Amino acid sequence: MNLVPESPPLLRAEHLSKSFPGTKALDDVGFALRASEVHALLGENGAGKSTLIKCLTGAYRRDAGDILLDGRSIDPKDTLHAQRLGIGTVYQEVNLLPNLTVAENLFLGHQPMRFGLISPRRMNADAEALLAQYGLAIDPARQLDSYSVAVQQVVAIARAVSLSGKVLILDEPTASLDQHEVQMLFGVIRGLKARGLGIIFISHFLDQVFAISDRITVLRNGRLVGTEPTANIDRLKLINMMLGRELAEETRKTGRVAPARTDTAKFRFEGMGKRGRIAPFDLDVHAGEVVGMAGLLGSGRTETAELLFGVSGHDGGEARKDGRPVRLASPRDAVAAGFGFLPEDRKSHGIISELSVRENIVLALQARLGWMKRISSRRQMAMADDFIRRLDIRTSDAEKPVGQLSGGNQQKVMLARWLATNPEFLILDEPTRGIDVGAHAEIIRLIEELCAGGMSLLVISSELDELVVYSNRVVVVRDRTHVAELVGENVTAERMVQAIAAPEKASAYAASSETVS
Amino acid sequence: MNARFLRRIAPQIATLAAVVALIAFVFPGFFDISLANGRLYGSPIDILNRGAPVALLAIGMTLVIATGGIDLSVGAVMAICGAVAAWCVRQDYGLVSTLAVSLSAGLACGVWNGFLVAVLRIQPIVATLILMVAGRGIAQLITEGAILTFNHEGLIFMGSGAVFAIPTPVLLWLAMGALVTLIVRRSALGLLIEAIGVNQRASMLSGVNARVLIVAVYMTSGLCAALAGIIAAADIRGADANNAGLWLELDAILAVVIGGTSLLGGRFSIVASLIGAMIIQAVNTGILLSGFPPEFNLVIKAGIILVILVLQSPALRVATTFIKPARSLR
Amino acid sequence: MNARLFPLAATIAIFLVAYAICYAQFPAMLSTRVVGNLLTDNAFLGIAAVGMTFVILSGGIDLSIGSVIAFSGVFIAVLLRDTGLDPLPVFVMLLVITTLFGAAMGAVIYFLEMPPFIVTLAGMFLARGMAYVLSIDSVPIAHETYDALQSLYWLMPGKGRLTFIGGLMLVVFLAGILVAHRTRFGTNVYALGGGVQTARLMGVPVARTTILIYALSGFLAGLSGIVFSLYTSAGYSLATVGVELDAIAAVVIGGTLLTGGSGFVAGTFFGVLIMGLIQTYVIFDGTLSSWWTKIAIGLLLLAFIVLQKGLVVLTERRQSAARTG
Repeated sequence: MNLVPESPPLLRAEHLSKSFPGTKALDDVGFALRASEVHALLGENGAGKSTLIKCLTGAYRRDAGDILLDGRSIDPKDTLHAQRLGIGTVYQEVNLLPNLTVAENLFLGHQPMRFGLISPRRMNADAEALLAQYGLAIDPARQLDSYSVAVQQVVAIARAVSLSGKVLILDEPTASLDQHEVQMLFGVIRGLKARGLGIIFISHFLDQVFAISDRITVLRNGRLVGTEPTANIDRLKLINMMLGRELAEETRKTGRVAPARTDTAKFRFEGMGKRGRIAPFDLDVHAGEVVGMAGLLGSGRTETAELLFGVSGHDGGEARKDGRPVRLASPRDAVAAGFGFLPEDRKSHGIISELSVRENIVLALQARLGWMKRISSRRQMAMADDFIRRLDIRTSDAEKPVGQLSGGNQQKVMLARWLATNPEFLILDEPTRGIDVGAHAEIIRLIEELCAGGMSLLVISSELDELVVYSNRVVVVRDRTHVAELVGENVTAERMVQAIAAPEKASAYAASSETVS
Repeated sequence: MNARFLRRIAPQIATLAAVVALIAFVFPGFFDISLANGRLYGSPIDILNRGAPVALLAIGMTLVIATGGIDLSVGAVMAICGAVAAWCVRQDYGLVSTLAVSLSAGLACGVWNGFLVAVLRIQPIVATLILMVAGRGIAQLITEGAILTFNHEGLIFMGSGAVFAIPTPVLLWLAMGALVTLIVRRSALGLLIEAIGVNQRASMLSGVNARVLIVAVYMTSGLCAALAGIIAAADIRGADANNAGLWLELDAILAVVIGGTSLLGGRFSIVASLIGAMIIQAVNTGILLSGFPPEFNLVIKAGIILVILVLQSPALRVATTFIKPARSLR
Repeated sequence: MNARLFPLAATIAIFLVAYAICYAQFPAMLSTRVVGNLLTDNAFLGIAAVGMTFVILSGGIDLSIGSVIAFSGVFIAVLLRDTGLDPLPVFVMLLVITTLFGAAMGAVIYFLEMPPFIVTLAGMFLARGMAYVLSIDSVPIAHETYDALQSLYWLMPGKGRLTFIGGLMLVVFLAGILVAHRTRFGTNVYALGGGVQTARLMGVPVARTTILIYALSGFLAGLSGIVFSLYTSAGYSLATVGVELDAIAAVVIGGTLLTGGSGFVAGTFFGVLIMGLIQTYVIFDGTLSSWWTKIAIGLLLLAFIVLQKGLVVLTERRQSAARTG
């Protein structure tokens, strides 16, 4: 490829902004995609990647800014319109119909007709020819879901390219593929690049980003951090861009350098793991201790939390509380053992949106007490009022449906739900994501308070600076494995970034943590 | 709390009042109630009495729908339990053991439905369709195809007797409604059921035992259907496997929908469903009384459903909220 | 084997085994006479079931068809009795009415975003009510066109008669198969059943397709009503109560997934035949009581629903194993 580096952009977004009630999802973001380019778009959850994509494909209407395709301003009304304009999208959850055949999926709405009827023979032949361009030799007359996700992914790409043909957006296309399949997909992507398409590649696998992309754009908290040619950037710098720390910045804060705990841990998890989700790990959590958990999206953070709370069950290993074994086969077991869990996906796994603040707060305690021992209305009101005051939950009254509260206040209601059960071990998965600054600070203060009160906490966060503030220890997760444990003075954002970034140094860090403590 | 409750059931009360007023207007003798043979007679009493089976079914159906499910089998379960009761008294069982056996049959049907829904995770509408189809066959198996008649005084009393001049079926549905409401609202069941109906996953993550609760609501539905089946059989002094409870599952679902409980699950009100059942019966009775040909009954019912559909439509709700805040969205 | 074909194969296998069992006990069952009767007796159910198949494939349900069949019979009978019209224009009028009726239900389902279950329940009450309004009594039909159509048959080898209505059912099934697999509308129906949201993203005209599906079901229910009136020579507002349930059962036993997206019109044909066969067997046996039909159909329903559920779980397992493996 002998491309002039300054070729005019194929797709350009300027000063793009988009707000949702309570949050600014995109703030004055600029982005340019050239023809024959693979452009990676990176950022943690909530960084604004998907909002940017949705504005480009018309799924959202932007509040402000311009989108130019081939130098002409466009205003896609929906994804179909964007597709007609030339922008096709393929998602991780393949957006094809699994119950139709491969050929039907490729040609839905554009089937070749003969005598007023679909000609399956021609359709299948056309499909075979089309897929052959992508090096795929499969029977297109078979149902889509009889093929692997990788094949489905390529079929989706073939459909998107044949319908749009200028820009292809790949949103986490490799998330459920194995090594071999990723290579196949990369072959397809390189082929399309050679044909002159502009490709936006979103992935949280940094190795893949380095392997396939020409340039990288990083977003953080709805803002543009920067766009760099891939050749000019290394892992460390990239992760710093994503997690928001400048290498130059030497004013690093260290964790609360706690004395080494020699007493036996209150909670011990030994050899806990689940095939395909998280490799077996050991974890000790003392009373009055916050264990932080750092790692990129998809590294196995949430999987660890769900395993500890009995959501997914575990293949082997053992959990002990005060030396006695506890069963963790279901969330009920975990609740009975004094655990609490604040899930990452607040909307679909956390709040019961139509029920009131009061009902949401008492739910976990009530479930633990059983249906016969109803908490009296008076006590429910008292509990709700108490937590509304203590956690400063902004609501007109305790009877307001929790779905009508802002994100930060919903999160506080979720915390109240667990605090009401007087938990001994609280697992918080991204407790500060998607909430406003004020609530953010309050939740961090609350974590410190709870810890001081003797509670054990496991806090997962992609805000490394935040982890430094409240963690006694930090476990680093990568590739579904616990790779390092940082203790004492080593609890710094820089150390975490290094542990996340450098695969080959993983064992070294694990060893160093022991020597330091 | 009480004001909120009244506000919740106000639309249903208003509808019922409107229907009753309309009937009274067309048929002035509507409110005449007389006492004869130790039992009250008159149109209002008739509505309460005739509406008993649907009211009973609506109690269980409300809970099932609140969890996001539906129970299509209640009509067939009525037929089964009526047949079981008739068979029992013909075998010279006492009243207590007859009722016990028949109600147990209803509970067993509920366990079956609950098992399919909660354990095998089959869609409720599909799962309960099986018993809806096969149930009548099972009932006919018990009655051996005939109408099993009986003369057992005690059982007949369940359908056409009266206590303190009030017909037994009326007392039974009022008692059952009060009992279930009391149990559900005085215990934590109501909250847990609503939580499951709104967001089953989040509820389970909060430690709610959704599976057991779902089986329990289907069992309640089965129990209510059994009681309705006993009343229906006692009323005609015989178990008619073919016609007992025929299409009543649809009336029961309709009563719940009129009562304002969403078919998607969540917030529920048994009292509102019971008023819904009475509205349906009042329309039936009203058409009879007002001299309208009874043929129009179903047409009017269809009209009522359509009005409710429009009022409850999520599309319409979006449209109205969209207009109100002066297009603040987008 | 393709997992999609498995329930269809199971249906056909069950039909063949059932027929073999019947034949072993009553050799007379193999005659074309029995076959001819099987087709004639189940013609109205089969035609209605084709419409139901499309509705269920799209992920919906239509509870109104039994009532629409009854309404059709009464409408025809009353019009023939009270006007001098020939049956053919009456048929056309009827089909227009029932098609519009179905389309209206589809429009309500789509535009008001209400569950098909409740909307078609209202349709069920409305159609039955309109039938009552036209006439409560059974209205006999006597017309030379009717006589002609009823005596129209093709004598199969073995003296079995393929009647006009039996033949019409076969034609409807063939047309149904063609529409399902060889038209864009057919593919769109499957697409809706696979996922409305995805289908919309892929450009399927969801509103038009939804309305057309229920219009088709209404049309076929009307046609089924015509066939039923030919079969019984009368229109009766209390007739065909619960036929929607039989149709749903035939569709599910025919191997179509009740949640939509997977199944075959041809499968429904065998579903109807299996249900007819059970009835025929019960009649041939003489000692068996009719309720065994319902119980057997219930058991078949259970077997197919559990089989389908098992297949779905199996596919999900395979997919997630492939993902993590």
